[in-house]
Amino acid sequence: MAKPRIATTSLCGCFGCHMSLLDIDERILALAELVDFDRSPIDDIKHISQRCRVGLIEGGCANEENVEVLREFRRNCDILVSVGDCATTGGLPALRNLVPLQECLEEAYVHGPSVHNPSGEIPNDPEIPLLLNKVYPAHEVVKVDYHLPGCPPSADTLWAALNALLADEPVQLPYELIKYD
Amino acid sequence: MSTQVTITIDGAEITAAVGQTIIEAADAAGVYIPRLCHKPGLDAFGGCRVCTVTANGRPCSACTQPVMPGMIVQNDTEKLRDFRKTLVEMMFVEGNHFCMFCEKSGGCELQALGYRMGIDVPRFPFLFPKRDVDASHPDILVDHNRCILCARCIRTSRDVDGKQVFDFVGRGAHKRVAVRTGTRLADSDAEVSDAAVEACPVGALLKKRVGYTTPIGARRYDHEPIGSDIENGEEN
Repeated sequence: MAKPRIATTSLCGCFGCHMSLLDIDERILALAELVDFDRSPIDDIKHISQRCRVGLIEGGCANEENVEVLREFRRNCDILVSVGDCATTGGLPALRNLVPLQECLEEAYVHGPSVHNPSGEIPNDPEIPLLLNKVYPAHEVVKVDYHLPGCPPSADTLWAALNALLADEPVQLPYELIKYD
Repeated sequence: MSTQVTITIDGAEITAAVGQTIIEAADAAGVYIPRLCHKPGLDAFGGCRVCTVTANGRPCSACTQPVMPGMIVQNDTEKLRDFRKTLVEMMFVEGNHFCMFCEKSGGCELQALGYRMGIDVPRFPFLFPKRDVDASHPDILVDHNRCILCARCIRTSRDVDGKQVFDFVGRGAHKRVAVRTGTRLADSDAEVSDAAVEACPVGALLKKRVGYTTPIGARRYDHEPIGSDIENGEEN
């Protein structure tokens, strides 16, 4: 029987949640026995190649590329899991939701104290994904099945969740594994 | 006239003193009713509604309802648990609660209720309101992004410190805590030693320069859920 496949991605995140996944230490050997990794920053596969059992989403949606990737995951994964505060709440990038987008761009590219930009032009190349008006948590864009809060969720949290999902059981985290920081 | 009454909470009989509220009687009996705006030593407020129970079948806030002889209280039922969870989730989405960099994280009562209730994510869309930060005072930070309008600072300043530093202004979604003497905390007689600063259940009122002193793993709610002290019979 083929091993279940896992795909992972970091949208508008810092890769800290992926670092936490690596932080399961030697248990990663057991995980490699249990699953095959499909699209993931860990193996650098660029697109999901076949149906996956579990998709792990780090980061919220800040631009149109994030939305496209998230939809690819939703289409191809049986169970989609928001991993970390950015995916579940928008997280730190969502601080920009308190400032209008135009003001953010002007601060970054025109008025910022360390900016040298005589033309005052804000980058607008078609190759650059367009920013969304706000940063959205994953479940405000697609249906998400499970949420693992934390910044990042601890290695034990990820391990407990993956074990439950691979055993076809619902994810039920004990008190000490639900943390928002 | 007897000074004691007997009530039942979730079927268990407890003895309460006449004049006690349901929450005071429950605390004394080692039964935890979740709460945010209630704080021993302050007058009952009934603002947050997290302590909602049913008394003789009728919903009421346990922090304002006095006990009555033979009262039948429902506390830990599925319906009430979901009602309270809904309220806490609404508080999370209507403010800007960035736990990951908040100095109060680990000791925050709102966060601790989220942990105890097993909230992984609020079921409502985040509102991301625009709120102010007042860092004018040399020793105290006011961050309205985290304020849940429990009025504990207002009541503590008025009734414990005898100062009336804070009060509510505005109504409905525009309601906020303001400084009575002007627009900035620096223009008031607030001092870092005021009990009002300690009264904040969240990170909206903080002492400056003392953040992150307790390491992760040793903070108040890292291992023990909020309310454990009451359930274990320790007076808080």
